[in-house]
Amino acid sequence: MELAQDQLGTQVKAQVKNFSFFYGSNKAIKDVDLEVLDCKVTSMIGPSGCGKTTLLRCFNRMHDLYPGTRYEGEILLESQNLLSLDPIEVRMRIGMVFQKPNPFPKSIFENIAYGLRIRGVKDKGVINERVERALRDAAIWDEVKDRLKDMAFNLSGGQQQRLCIARALATDPEILLFDEPTSALDPIATASIEELVIGLKGKVTILIVTHNMQQAVRISDYTAFMYLGELVEFDRTDVIFNNAAQQRTREYVSGQFG
Amino acid sequence: MAIAHRQRPALGKNLAWRQGWGRFWTAVVVLMGAIALVPLAILLGYVLVRGAQRFDVQVWTALTPAAGQVGGGLGNAIVGSIVMVALATGFSVPLGVAVALYGTEVCRQAWIRAALRLAVNVLNGVPSILLGVFVYGAVVVGLGWGFGAIAGALALSLIMLPTIIRTTDDFCQGFPPEQRLAAYALGATDWEVLTGIVLPAALPAILTGTMLALSRAAGETAPLIFTALGFDFWLRGLSGPAPALSLTIYRFATGFDPNQQNLAWTGALILLLLVLLTQGLARILARLAPPST
Repeated sequence: MELAQDQLGTQVKAQVKNFSFFYGSNKAIKDVDLEVLDCKVTSMIGPSGCGKTTLLRCFNRMHDLYPGTRYEGEILLESQNLLSLDPIEVRMRIGMVFQKPNPFPKSIFENIAYGLRIRGVKDKGVINERVERALRDAAIWDEVKDRLKDMAFNLSGGQQQRLCIARALATDPEILLFDEPTSALDPIATASIEELVIGLKGKVTILIVTHNMQQAVRISDYTAFMYLGELVEFDRTDVIFNNAAQQRTREYVSGQFG
Repeated sequence: MAIAHRQRPALGKNLAWRQGWGRFWTAVVVLMGAIALVPLAILLGYVLVRGAQRFDVQVWTALTPAAGQVGGGLGNAIVGSIVMVALATGFSVPLGVAVALYGTEVCRQAWIRAALRLAVNVLNGVPSILLGVFVYGAVVVGLGWGFGAIAGALALSLIMLPTIIRTTDDFCQGFPPEQRLAAYALGATDWEVLTGIVLPAALPAILTGTMLALSRAAGETAPLIFTALGFDFWLRGLSGPAPALSLTIYRFATGFDPNQQNLAWTGALILLLLVLLTQGLARILARLAPPST
């Protein structure tokens, strides 16, 4: 879908072109076209089972971990089709934050350092510096700087989720995917994550799946509405929520179904 | 609607009856627990009293005595047991961990996993004497290696394997899949997820399993009858008949010589202490394990 004129000066980071995804013979994503703009927050909304999480997981090829899945079409990362790259290379370039906070059973420090270590970073100074920077970017540095050796499980749920964001940020991802990152958190922790996402605008391209429409309004620049595996409408967030072109989008954002 | 005033005495009666019923069953359960504990207490007490009679330095340093001989100890038997259990641990831990990791992490076919678990359960259920006979047929006679510490250790490792596989397997199955996904999402390979995330977390579980298996193997007698054979001198090498504490206890306890019988009690006490020690250690290690949620 082509965007309105407001994107002057913003570049397209990723482009989904005539893309379909299959679980076995079930076509879960149907002929989607979508543009993800550089350093903006794009949210994907839609009722349960509409395929928003499925589409998100295509971006880092998570589906390749399970047998019987198939992609069709293209997802261009800048100009490279990431469907023809090695999935591990894709995951090294595109980070992900999951629905439930999922820190490793390691110390706070090692959680962040893990991504650097598997990339072969050995220099202690570099690791220390990048761990600190990631924790600062994830707005959790002040809370954990004195206990980097503590187990990550000792943190609260909201802190764990910010730690997971720091873990993904530490490896400088080109796109950061969020899969309903606040659905397991209380309202205060949710607010801190939202604030953090807003703070990351301009630094990293963010694609976020949310079941919470208010959250999409609060944090995203662009919104994609999906329904039954199709992309119904994609536009600036204010347009989607106030002046959507499609009847179904208007019905969904006004709470008539979902 | 509130409860009418005149109904309250009836309520009190009802509650008294329900609480009495609960107390009655609590008493029954406590009694059952006591009955189960009595044999254990008697066993421990008896072994302690009889074993303590010869719990001296000589027990650890002297050779097992022949019938009619005075004094002597269990030194060679203790060394033999330590060597064989250590060897068996060396064989069974890497193999057991590898089998468990193959089953949970590598193998993608559900039926192979099911077959593997069945095989482990069957191996766990095989009478230990049969494992001894198997190693006798396969190694002592089959390969022609003869009686010895190696054959004994192989028999013991068959005893240890199922426990190690099971504890590792249980841990890996319970390991949260979202932690694995997190590692994959960072661009980790299968091997990196296994060695960097799953295995470090599994270490306490593996150690616990090893301790449990080890304490069982140390007391096993039947698998050693056809493999280590038993020996009244110091271990001379890994081949040739080998002494073991459990074999010595069996032989001395069933003999007629009072000196040997006394030593059998001491041996039993040493084994019990060993079991106690390893179980305690296993518990401490399990507590050190990080919570996996």
